[in-house]
Amino acid sequence: MPRTTRTGPAKSPELDHPTTLALLATMWRIRCFEERVARLSRSLLVHGLIHLSIGGEGVAAAVCRQLRDDDAVYSGHRAHGHALAKGAPMDRVMSELMGRSDGLCRGLGGSMHLVDREHGLLGATGVVGGNLPLAAGDALAAKLRGTDQVTVVFFGDGAVQGGYFHETVNLAALWELPLIFVCENNGFAEFTPRAAHTKVERVCDVVAPYDFERRTVDGSDVPALWSAFGEYLARARAADGSGRGGGRGPYLLECLTHRLRGHYEGDPQAYREALAEADWARLDPLARLQTDARRRGWLGEDEVRSIEEAARAEVEAAVRFARASPPAEPDATAGLVYARVGTQS
Amino acid sequence: MAHELPYIAAINEAIQLEMARDDSVLYFGQNLATTENDEFVRAFGHDRVRVTPIAETAEIGMAVGAALAGLRPVVELYMAEFMLVAMNQVVNEAPRFRYMSGGRVKVPLVLKAGYGFTAGWAGQHTGSIYGMFLGIPGLKVALPATAADAKGLMATAIRDDNPVCFLHHYLLTLEPGEVPDGEYLVPFGQAQIRRAGGDVTIVATGWMVGKALAAAASLAAEGIEAEVIDPRTLAPLDTTTILTSVQKTGHVVLVDQAPRHAAASALIAGEIAEHGFSTLKAPIRQVTGLDVTVPYSEPMEAFVLPDDTKIAAAVRQVLGTAPVPA
Repeated sequence: MPRTTRTGPAKSPELDHPTTLALLATMWRIRCFEERVARLSRSLLVHGLIHLSIGGEGVAAAVCRQLRDDDAVYSGHRAHGHALAKGAPMDRVMSELMGRSDGLCRGLGGSMHLVDREHGLLGATGVVGGNLPLAAGDALAAKLRGTDQVTVVFFGDGAVQGGYFHETVNLAALWELPLIFVCENNGFAEFTPRAAHTKVERVCDVVAPYDFERRTVDGSDVPALWSAFGEYLARARAADGSGRGGGRGPYLLECLTHRLRGHYEGDPQAYREALAEADWARLDPLARLQTDARRRGWLGEDEVRSIEEAARAEVEAAVRFARASPPAEPDATAGLVYARVGTQS
Repeated sequence: MAHELPYIAAINEAIQLEMARDDSVLYFGQNLATTENDEFVRAFGHDRVRVTPIAETAEIGMAVGAALAGLRPVVELYMAEFMLVAMNQVVNEAPRFRYMSGGRVKVPLVLKAGYGFTAGWAGQHTGSIYGMFLGIPGLKVALPATAADAKGLMATAIRDDNPVCFLHHYLLTLEPGEVPDGEYLVPFGQAQIRRAGGDVTIVATGWMVGKALAAAASLAAEGIEAEVIDPRTLAPLDTTTILTSVQKTGHVVLVDQAPRHAAASALIAGEIAEHGFSTLKAPIRQVTGLDVTVPYSEPMEAFVLPDDTKIAAAVRQVLGTAPVPA
């Protein structure tokens, strides 16, 4: 069961009516995008290795929708939801997945390496855990500059047993970096259950000796995610009292999520039982937030339909945009290997 | 104007000048800044001069992240082998990020490490492992052989918007040399002709440049004039200077401290074979380390490494003035 470890002073932002609708819209956008990508993948219009985040939309939305464009987010191989929630334009993300010249990264990165500097998506890395020290370096830059930017790194429970995690946690704690670790603990490290990797069930317990603020939340409970992350964000942003600005951290938010799809598209998933409908209804963050909003009278049947329809329409428009975009130019590759001195990027 | 400095002090001078010039340059690594009296700490403070734990994946990974965020970290790694602990960062992240983002970000980063410490440091601290960093698109590799180049290549590395492996040779650490005063930049991809000659082209890097020059001096007594070329950076590699020399001499000896099958000389030999074959008057010869781990014992160490005698012998062979061994 979700439990709280060392909660800080109560200052939890509550989800209000308009924010709930905005989060639902974001989650629907991700859900419809991912479902569409699954179909495009089966028809080979998306031709590479794809990892979908259905079941994790609540974490992406509750975290990224509280961040500014100048707050950096680092993600991993399962990055579509984080990218969309952080503001990456859907049509360009779709184009990237389809390898087109209008792709977010001009067709050079694909699904696992989405980067959108303008919206603070500094990068997704394809090797588990590799993004952790990168995010810490980014947070160090913010701290040295004395800005109030906060860096967020998404990672799975599979990254926690590796050296990256421990080395990064140690330095982030030692240097009090404005970094929020957001662990999406879906119980599976690729194809292997957590129990086969470690004796420590909760990631929050792994970092206990460093004694920074951390808590485990139900990753399907969007209001709980919103307030837990919002509290950490506000505190990470706050000046550290040194008189030179700069936020302070780190924090760890462990979100217990469910990965509805396999590790990758095409994964036969022999390692786990198919999920019962009733269980999915309980684990689906979108259905839960929607039910909750309706109970509060914030959402009628028509509005539910229109949010979903708007998301589906945006996805179809993104697919049309991508189909119309020419395939990435093969000879564009060589010119991007090295940055030239004096260029912006 | 110039002043005399040991090789290592010339590197430090470049880092200090660049840190003074640009606030975004950071210097961090293990065992740095451990006293308040440290010259870097006194000049730039603990924010910009940081000690890190013995944890290379975080150390180099954080440098990549700081570079993505717009800073210019110089990571002090001491031993090139310590990069092996963090190969994902060195090979798979730092040089690929800009490319995979379609050019939306850049990673200005210097990985400073010593190599080739063949002075009884045995198997894990002596490697000439630069071959591992060649053929990694996006990564640059500099190997200074003189104090002046050490300064000029470091300054260029720090200003470069790409990740650079700056590999200084440990056996040159205290080697003095004339170093230009003030701002001094040595461009990447521009080989230096250390000695002009018309009979044979010798290409060598790092500590091997001195060995090649010693061999050239002894060959001169026999009436053989060797041209000694130091590429200074292996990535990018100045093939033009090498091919121009080969066109003139028609004879090539490539010297490399690395084991033969990891040597940059093999790459250079390939370039010459493809682009300069018609100008060759004899087969190319490589004088490299043996394909063994560097041993501890001094005579064994000497046995596996190239030296001036082995280089001179190879020159005589390509010129046909000595028999080629079976």
